[in-house]
Amino acid sequence: MLRKPGFGAPREGEIRIPSGCAIAGIMNEDGKRISGEKIIQAISVMRERSNGLGGGFSAYGIYPEFKDYYAFHVMFDDEAGRHGTETFLQETTVVVKSEAIPIRKQPTVTDAPLLWRYFLEVPKSKLNGLSEEDYVMRLVMHVNDSIDGAFVFSSGKNMGVFKGVGYPEDIGRFFRLEEYEAYLWTAHGRFPTNTPGWWGGAHPFSLLGWSVVHNGEISSYGINKRYLEMFGYRCTLMTDTEVIVYLLDLLMRRHNLPLDIACLILAPPFWKDIDRMEENRREAITALRMIYGSAMLNGPFSIIVAHEKEMIGLTDRIMLRPLVIARKDATIYMASEEAAIREICPYPDRVWTPRGGVPVIARLKETTAVK
Amino acid sequence: MISFIPSDFKVLVQEETCIKCRRCVRECSFEALSFDQRVLADHSRCVACHRCVAICPTGAITVVKNPLAFRENANWNEELIKNVYRQARVGGKLLTGTGNDKPYPIYWDHLLIDAAQVTNPSIDPLREPMELRTYLGSKPARLDFYYDGTGGFKLTTVLEPQIKLETPIIFAGMSYGAVSLNVHKALAEAARRAGTLMNSGEGGLHDSLYPYGENIVVQVASGRFGINRAYLERAAAVEIKIGQGAKPGIGGHLPGEKVTEEISRTRMIPQGTDALSPAPHHDIYSIEDLRQLIYAIKEAVRYQKPVGVKISAVHNVAAIASGVVRAGADFITIDGFRGGTGATPTIIRDHVGIPIELALAAVDDRLRQEGIRHQASLIASGSIRSSADVLKAIALGADAVAIGTAALIALGCQMCQKCYTGRCAWGITTQRPDLVDRVDPEEGAERLYNLLRAWSLEIKEILGALGLNSIESLRGSRERLRAVGLTDTEMAILGVKPAGR
Repeated sequence: MLRKPGFGAPREGEIRIPSGCAIAGIMNEDGKRISGEKIIQAISVMRERSNGLGGGFSAYGIYPEFKDYYAFHVMFDDEAGRHGTETFLQETTVVVKSEAIPIRKQPTVTDAPLLWRYFLEVPKSKLNGLSEEDYVMRLVMHVNDSIDGAFVFSSGKNMGVFKGVGYPEDIGRFFRLEEYEAYLWTAHGRFPTNTPGWWGGAHPFSLLGWSVVHNGEISSYGINKRYLEMFGYRCTLMTDTEVIVYLLDLLMRRHNLPLDIACLILAPPFWKDIDRMEENRREAITALRMIYGSAMLNGPFSIIVAHEKEMIGLTDRIMLRPLVIARKDATIYMASEEAAIREICPYPDRVWTPRGGVPVIARLKETTAVK
Repeated sequence: MISFIPSDFKVLVQEETCIKCRRCVRECSFEALSFDQRVLADHSRCVACHRCVAICPTGAITVVKNPLAFRENANWNEELIKNVYRQARVGGKLLTGTGNDKPYPIYWDHLLIDAAQVTNPSIDPLREPMELRTYLGSKPARLDFYYDGTGGFKLTTVLEPQIKLETPIIFAGMSYGAVSLNVHKALAEAARRAGTLMNSGEGGLHDSLYPYGENIVVQVASGRFGINRAYLERAAAVEIKIGQGAKPGIGGHLPGEKVTEEISRTRMIPQGTDALSPAPHHDIYSIEDLRQLIYAIKEAVRYQKPVGVKISAVHNVAAIASGVVRAGADFITIDGFRGGTGATPTIIRDHVGIPIELALAAVDDRLRQEGIRHQASLIASGSIRSSADVLKAIALGADAVAIGTAALIALGCQMCQKCYTGRCAWGITTQRPDLVDRVDPEEGAERLYNLLRAWSLEIKEILGALGLNSIESLRGSRERLRAVGLTDTEMAILGVKPAGR
């Protein structure tokens, strides 16, 4: 639960804080893992796009010895929050391992909450007809809504989010990311329009195995949120990024739509282009717009979405936020600025700007695409 | 005893400017003007329809409120006093036309729209596409596809019938009988040109309009006027009219004077008889009866067309709408208490029903809470007066809006509220051939099309200012509205925050 509102300005979750930002992502399609050093270098080039009020990373493949367990990264205001959460987790899961997340103090990163991680197994006996993922989602929502002073900011398997209030490169050093190895890294630097003062408000936003970093502001937020609420999602953070993750969870996990179709829902072609398509495709995409119109993301955005098997870069249909993609051998790079990519990969095989509304998808080798 | 009811208006003819052409005498259908060496006025007959003012070649005429003063009384106002005089004289229900004119709150005027700035750029409608396309009909909750393994995909879900609108504004139901055939022709032609719909109203569909079928919603109202196989087959959709905002709970009334030969043929009733639509449908006394009728019509049109229901906005409209959706309606038109009419008792028009803004917000919320919002499209009507009202209605949750009064004003209506007399001097709500000729269907269609186009352009302008390029991103997004001067409860019902938050 977010800290109770008291004196002072309203906190993240109590009001909406729009922001502008920097994003970056690296994925090796062969699954080869690298340390966090590269992603930290890339995001630090874009320092001017942030204002020091938020930075964060997601990393996939970092817990190979615990890859079958849900890795909860949790932040606590105080020991009471930790105690309440641990009691709850012990009642609802099997806690295979729990420890403080290793950190290195940084002079520019202050007011850190307590940071812990738990590796959890879900006992079948507790499911009561729910799928394992729905069960875990409910655990996360319960901690975040009902346990004072506790916030789960990462809940996937063999992945983790590391974030806080500070410049991203400082956050990266704080969490000692150069000591982790991942095949997929994303990063975010935040420029919020007022002071959130809360670590949970930084990006990436993550749920189960999904994480999203986002630059822009979603003008359709009001209806995206109401649409999601019909399916039981509670948008407690009042951020745009939250709705993106929930929409992907809804479309892909619950409605069983492949990633490419989910992207067609989030950033559909214009009617003028749909009217000229061949019949099957026109009928299908018209139906998508008719049924899923409330899931369309409108407004400027460039996002990098990460999942166990894919990294997706997507911008809005009229490309109001920048995104640059590059490839070298089996590695795909995505960033708000080309300079960030060149810093860590000076001679890529190919560099390009994707078309507005058309996703660029990097995949682990064994997955296949739907066009 | 003296029976004196002061005239509402006075017609003032400036003698120096008057050239005695007598056009005003000919044009006044209320027989308020005559000529004896100069233009003479019987002020008691003047209804302020402005026809004489409009056609006077020298601009010599004006119409003023009768300055005869009653002692100021905030309680017994002039209208209430005069109504008692009238009823003492006649002993019947007072009739009126158009919509509620009393000073109840107008919630549209307490809602303000957001604009994108700094953290979010607005979009330029001159450079970027702005999409208003809207589909009406029942939608599934999700879609299924067949994937061919090489990357192609095909839709496998069979969709219910949908109607494509190029703009989210349709024409509201106004019966042939209440309005003239020329008005119907103008509405149909404008709807076709603009890629939207008109609604036949409860008077059946004249056969000259059959070619426009793809742009016409036909009504099945309680009088069942004009309903035969061809009527249902030609239309794009069928709407069961349970109620209308101007007269919730009562039926319709077309006076015998307005039932001409053509109307008699179209409605399938004897000429010269009053056309009375009964209060309830006498075969719909409960929700399950409505379901039966909806499916009877769906069977009759072989499930090829959407079948919807029109209801008035009353107290438990949210529960009613939920029931109507579960009864199988593909769309629901909700008509607020400000909706117009050709004839209704004044007392009903002015005191029964609730505002469309509150009704729409409540229905949209309820349907979402119950997880059935996608099963029917919502059409809001009952005084949509400008493109801003359209946009606010859509932000509250409407799929589209229907305009009645605004359309008639585009054709020249001056809102004199005398539609029920059949003497409309502008040729709109009359069946007298000499008056009907005053509306030219071609020119009327041009004006209606212009209205739709003007509002659509304004909506695109505002969408761009909001940082949106598709209407579906605004639909239901209460977040883009803020309220001024409303109570906490009103804001809670509308789901809109106060300006400043």
